[in-house]
Amino acid sequence: MSGDPKLERIAKGNALALCATGTWTASFAPVLERMVADAEKLAGSPQSIFIDVSEVAKLDTFGAWLIERLRRSLTQGAVEAQIAGLSANYSSLVDEVRRVRATPVVDTTTITITGMLEQIGRAVAGIAGTVAGLVDMLGAVLAACGRVLIHPRSLRLTSTVHHLEQVCWRAVPIIVLITFLIGCIIAQQGIFHFRRFGADIFVVDMLGVLVLREIGVLLVAIMVAGRSGSAYTAELGSMKMREEIDALRTMGFDPIEVLVLPRMLALVLALPILAFLGAMAALYGGGLVAWLYGGVDPEAFLLRLRDSISIDHFIVGMVKAPVMAAVIGIVACVEGLAVQGSAESLGQHTTASVVKGIFFVIVMDGVFAIFFASIGM
Amino acid sequence: MAQEIQNAIQDPIIRVRDITVQFGATRVLDGLNLDVKRGEILGFVGPSGAGKSVLTRTIIGLVPKVAGSIEVFGVDLDSSNTSQRRNVERRWGVLFQQGALFSSLTVRQNIQFPMREYLRVSQRLMDEITMAKLAMVGLKPEVAERFPSELSGGMIKRVALARALSLDPDLVFLDEPTSGLDPIGAGDFDDLVRTLQRTLGLTVFMVTHDLDSLYTACDRIAVLGNGKIIAAGSIADMQASQHPWLRQYFHGKRARAVVT
Repeated sequence: MSGDPKLERIAKGNALALCATGTWTASFAPVLERMVADAEKLAGSPQSIFIDVSEVAKLDTFGAWLIERLRRSLTQGAVEAQIAGLSANYSSLVDEVRRVRATPVVDTTTITITGMLEQIGRAVAGIAGTVAGLVDMLGAVLAACGRVLIHPRSLRLTSTVHHLEQVCWRAVPIIVLITFLIGCIIAQQGIFHFRRFGADIFVVDMLGVLVLREIGVLLVAIMVAGRSGSAYTAELGSMKMREEIDALRTMGFDPIEVLVLPRMLALVLALPILAFLGAMAALYGGGLVAWLYGGVDPEAFLLRLRDSISIDHFIVGMVKAPVMAAVIGIVACVEGLAVQGSAESLGQHTTASVVKGIFFVIVMDGVFAIFFASIGM
Repeated sequence: MAQEIQNAIQDPIIRVRDITVQFGATRVLDGLNLDVKRGEILGFVGPSGAGKSVLTRTIIGLVPKVAGSIEVFGVDLDSSNTSQRRNVERRWGVLFQQGALFSSLTVRQNIQFPMREYLRVSQRLMDEITMAKLAMVGLKPEVAERFPSELSGGMIKRVALARALSLDPDLVFLDEPTSGLDPIGAGDFDDLVRTLQRTLGLTVFMVTHDLDSLYTACDRIAVLGNGKIIAAGSIADMQASQHPWLRQYFHGKRARAVVT
């Protein structure tokens, strides 16, 4: 019954018949399209043309449309092409297809220099919007904090503890492992290069100052931005997509208080703890390498460490941690709430959350460095 | 004609035998048998949580089954190889309950997605067919360049149906196609399904709760309860049934409103 589709030309007196046979369905669409394009070249011939479809074994939307397309392009001026021999089964399908308008207008975006300049302009102007969004969120979070201070019972304690477990407790193994390895690497490199000057022992000074002041907190903040900032954005973003945040609003809840504040609190509490654990792990790793690779025994290491670093170094590191946590949290929540309806938008905002989070963490670190230098810490 | 019907009965398009599906300790489907005949619209009803969607998803292959066999187009889906399976998948279309449109693609790209994957045809033909499909499901051509997040619930259903039909399948699964539509929209949708079934010769497997759909669109109705098919037949058979749930369903307040 079925067979390869064909379109044969048979002259019948003054008229030309195009006889369609075989299976005119989607599976044969490429063949059909070529045949129809070929037959379309007959347009403009003086003969009257009719398309005979009585021998078509099977017809679907693809076949019906191609026959209709052929009919349209053969119809020119006074000559009108006819479809003949249409069986009752398929007449409603062909009628359906006949109502279709021709090709839609497809907008093709071309890349031009002005277009690229425009994009750059928009991106620069967008920076102001980003900063405004962050300040806005900071204000909203502080206002929510104020309300919670007045009515302490409105704090979502369960939610805060849940997020604390997610961002702090569950992050401990990976953070400790990575900072331990970084401590090892710093110590190894230090010993390797200082040894040439016979200054092996100064590796302890370098390790202590670097880890406690900078690396400990900075590295941990970057990892938290990647690990928890992205999670916050994805969570809030998918809630936004499913209208859960709108639902909260209509029930009279403030999304900032219910969703953002517990996450922010958890992060602000978690980062100092993680930074401390990270610093200890890095010092331990550095000490281990100094002993096994550099021959600095633990007692000498500890003695040197006590002499070389003061409590100031430790305070400088720890003071930065909650501020960086707040920056990461705000960026993540702003991005999360900015997600639009599509999965692509969720991906873009999650990426932006991590990139901006890390960027602001490093900027904050620079600002702190200037500040502490000027107050002599 | 009689011979044709005889053939259709002998050759069901979906043949489900003794399938059992279990989630943990809960047995959702328990030795279920079901045949769907070529060219019919089968309405599938049952209480909420009875496993209607689970059966649909099991036939499509999204939910693993513990026991039993499923044949679609005469191909046993368990023993088939990848290319056979691909071939079967190309011949069915699925309309998910929430539409499941790809949110990062426009309506046009959504409908063209299966074509792009399975057919090697020109962009022009794909665009034209997309317009034809949109017209068939009763949408304006302007909708083509919109994203799913910019559509209303009813439009999402229609676009999802257009995507399910994009390769002109022989079989479509509709999971609650009229839920969330206004009665007029739902009525239009039923007419649409009927028209498409007539024009394209579709077989339709429709999970529904809509009594109107059962009365106006369906040729046959199957009822799911306790993990089995408790009844299958025409709407008249259902009304005559003495099964308590069926009596409540077809003789309740809402049902009377539909019949009168």
